[in-house]
Amino acid sequence: MNISFMLGNLIAQTPVPISSGPLLHIHAVDIVILLIYLLFVLAIGFITGKGHQTSEDFFLSGRSIPAWITGLAFISANLGALEVMGMATSGYQYGMMTANFYWIAAIPAMIFMGVFMMPFYYGSKVRSVPEFLKKRYNEVARFINAIFFAVFTPAVSGISMYAMGLVFSDLLGWNFTASVALSAVVVVVYTAMGGLTASIYNEVLQFFLIVLGTAPIVIIGLIANGGGMNLWNDWHVFTQKLTGMQLSPVPGGHVLSGAHYLTTWTGTGNTSDNTMQITWPGLVLGLGFVLAFSYWCTNFLVVQRTLAAKNMNDAQRTPLIAAIPKMLFPFVVILPGILAIPLIPGLLPGNAHMPGGVAVPAGMKIDNVLPLMMGKYFPAGMLGLGLTALLASFMSGMAGNVTAFNTVFTYDLYAAYIRPNAPDKHYLNVGRIMTVVGVLISVGFAYIAEGQSSIMGYTQTIFGFVNAPLIAVFLLGMFTTFTTPWGGVFGLLFGTGAAVVHWILRTYTIHLGSASLHLTFNTDQAGNFWGAFWAFVYGAAAAIIVSLFTQKKPEKEMVGLVYQLTPKPEGEHLLPWWKKPVVLAVLVFLATLILNILFW
Amino acid sequence: MMDLRLPIGIFFLLIGLVLTVYGIISPQNVIPNITQKINADLDWGILLLFFGAFMTFFGAVAQRKKP
Repeated sequence: MNISFMLGNLIAQTPVPISSGPLLHIHAVDIVILLIYLLFVLAIGFITGKGHQTSEDFFLSGRSIPAWITGLAFISANLGALEVMGMATSGYQYGMMTANFYWIAAIPAMIFMGVFMMPFYYGSKVRSVPEFLKKRYNEVARFINAIFFAVFTPAVSGISMYAMGLVFSDLLGWNFTASVALSAVVVVVYTAMGGLTASIYNEVLQFFLIVLGTAPIVIIGLIANGGGMNLWNDWHVFTQKLTGMQLSPVPGGHVLSGAHYLTTWTGTGNTSDNTMQITWPGLVLGLGFVLAFSYWCTNFLVVQRTLAAKNMNDAQRTPLIAAIPKMLFPFVVILPGILAIPLIPGLLPGNAHMPGGVAVPAGMKIDNVLPLMMGKYFPAGMLGLGLTALLASFMSGMAGNVTAFNTVFTYDLYAAYIRPNAPDKHYLNVGRIMTVVGVLISVGFAYIAEGQSSIMGYTQTIFGFVNAPLIAVFLLGMFTTFTTPWGGVFGLLFGTGAAVVHWILRTYTIHLGSASLHLTFNTDQAGNFWGAFWAFVYGAAAAIIVSLFTQKKPEKEMVGLVYQLTPKPEGEHLLPWWKKPVVLAVLVFLATLILNILFW
Repeated sequence: MMDLRLPIGIFFLLIGLVLTVYGIISPQNVIPNITQKINADLDWGILLLFFGAFMTFFGAVAQRKKP
């Protein structure tokens, strides 16, 4: 399950009043900044689209992009609507524990992807994740993965679009349809013109914009809390202020001291001692292992960025370079939420229910904590920059989904089943058309979500059912030769089935005669983490058992796809140290370890 | 293909310029809700100008080296 999807779930659960009237007022200078941004993203689409001759140019950037660009695009594609705003919201609600979404749920998986998985992805010259499944397993495995991806990617993108429309209508009073239409048209134009290259180039621009547009709120938030220009001193004043507060993250949950909002692991031995009400095994196994590895190592949205790299070394370094800003991102996206706790009090759903607690003020909701901070502390001009950064996050996520969708649809469904062996130019045109179709489907989903917001939660849950067992099948496929094609297919199906059963048992009580079955978790997050873990275990078990009774693939057909049968990349020892994936991986790991210790 | 640092650099030069000019012509536009009088538009605008200039310079150098 995508980590931001879980945050979407979290946001959807929060009881909030409907807002009335715009909360932020923008000036002409803010509009000027927004217009400059829109002009640039369109210009990049136009310029990058000029050289496209083949479908591979369009879908995979002709495998020509250097590692620093694919690396930044790798994390930027993930910086969708729910990610940037959702992380600040989660920071406000759960504090520094949210950093686990980065330090445990991203970095280890990104290291694994770069060092161990890239040689197969890039080395086998596959064009998509479903195509890898076809090569390692069979056509059925490809079809299952491709069809789910093609259906759910535009749906998820639509949810992102819905969230964006809501932010702009809630905060600025803009028309929902106009906001959705504007962003959809801009994304369609630049991705249809420039394909993956335009999407990647814009993702890098959007990355810098998101960082430089949200970082000032951290500085200003510190000054507002501490009262002076010495930021270190402000931080200490802030932590003392927060430690003195009594907070309740979820309705009916435990009341905790604000000190719990500054730690990541302390208190995870007991569900009642931490803000997320989860224990460390759930965090490590469910979030850190299954959910993180399935998202970062098998979701084509991010994998596609690595395939655009110009050579194997750059492809391997893509997730490792991405890990460097990723590990620092909590300070840009989560910290504004934590800093907001004393500055915009009363948005915690739990606190609103506490005796004598502060009710949520009308028109302000916890989902909007980041733009509310911007509105409160950014002057005209800076507000334009901040809102443009938010729009950039929406667009990067949307474009990432659309480019991944058009590639999987064209290569794995259209060229495989509808019209095989057509001229390459034909597939290039289909890709362009599907870009438009993908965005139109997303817009459709945005409107469905607007009419019935519970659809958000369901879409994300169903997507999670499919993703968790995928990593089991990938790991078995990449690191063992005994897993058979049908083992892979049954692993996917059984793992998904296990995820569905787990979800049913924690959502409903099943009565069997006098016995009743129900799984209880303190929070939906904890349920999600454990559900993912069991989906992995059952998926892996099914794949192994079915492999014992079915025909193995000949070893010569698995060369380049399985670790034992793939030659190691040559000449790596001749590279300077900063280009060696293993050295980079060790450095990234150590830096993440230090961050964990600092915020233990 | 164009070196990506070039458009990124030019973009931030433009945004930096808008913020800096706005910060200069409207110095009363300080950060609301805090006691310190900080002209954030001017300060951040200058920082963005430096960042934009840095990216443009290295982008232009790399572009010139390309065949």
